[in-house]
Amino acid sequence: MPARARPTSPHLGIYQWQIGNSLSILHRLTGLALSLGLPALCYWLVSLAGGEESYAQAAKLFASPVGLFGLVGWTFAFLYHLLNGVRHLFWDAGYGFERTPRRASGWFAVLGSIALTLCVWGLIWAGHRA
Amino acid sequence: MSLRSPLGRVLGLGSAKDGTAHWWAQRVSAIALIPLTLWFMFSLWALPALDYATVRAWLSFPLSGFLAVLLVAVSAYHSSLGTAEVIEDYVHSAGMKSLCLLSLQFVHVLVGGAGIFAIMRVAFGS
Repeated sequence: MPARARPTSPHLGIYQWQIGNSLSILHRLTGLALSLGLPALCYWLVSLAGGEESYAQAAKLFASPVGLFGLVGWTFAFLYHLLNGVRHLFWDAGYGFERTPRRASGWFAVLGSIALTLCVWGLIWAGHRA
Repeated sequence: MSLRSPLGRVLGLGSAKDGTAHWWAQRVSAIALIPLTLWFMFSLWALPALDYATVRAWLSFPLSGFLAVLLVAVSAYHSSLGTAEVIEDYVHSAGMKSLCLLSLQFVHVLVGGAGIFAIMRVAFGS
């Protein structure tokens, strides 16, 4: 049989952009970002086990502009992946498939995670100044 | 010759050949990560400072060390399952797919193992 180009998954090219697939893609992207956060977390733990000097070095790295960007980004990625993950768990249990709850919970996940990220870093910033 | 019917052999096995095992493991680890990640965030937030002595004292406390080990282990497992799914979706050549999946598994065990060993060093004071 001659080899033919078969359709492959997922069919991103022809998909119409809407909240459902955008949030699904964002779920995957935040998951990947969090996967990159795991080595960062482990580096921090290894630096703590290594002693005062290595910990100070890691703390300096996390306090740098790039480090802070990473920490804020991981906070958002975590909160979004958490809220949208709970949304997925509800679907797995058979709830929330109707158009209205599906869209409302989507907006709740994305706006909620943005609001919570601002809250967390607002509190950290306020605590830092006090 | 097997006495199992063709339907019996294929039941529960989709194109991935392992049925719902991967999907289920991802859900179980996701549920476990809800309390673990929230505990971690609130613990760090509740510490008076994040300097060396404070963080080390916190992680030396048995319950903190135990939960931190679980957090790193379950996160690495969940991340390994999730990234494997991305590879399965987007890497189509069989050889490259196997290589990517294999590398990801090794990296996850290495990184997770290093994190867990570090927590133990702090907990047992060496």
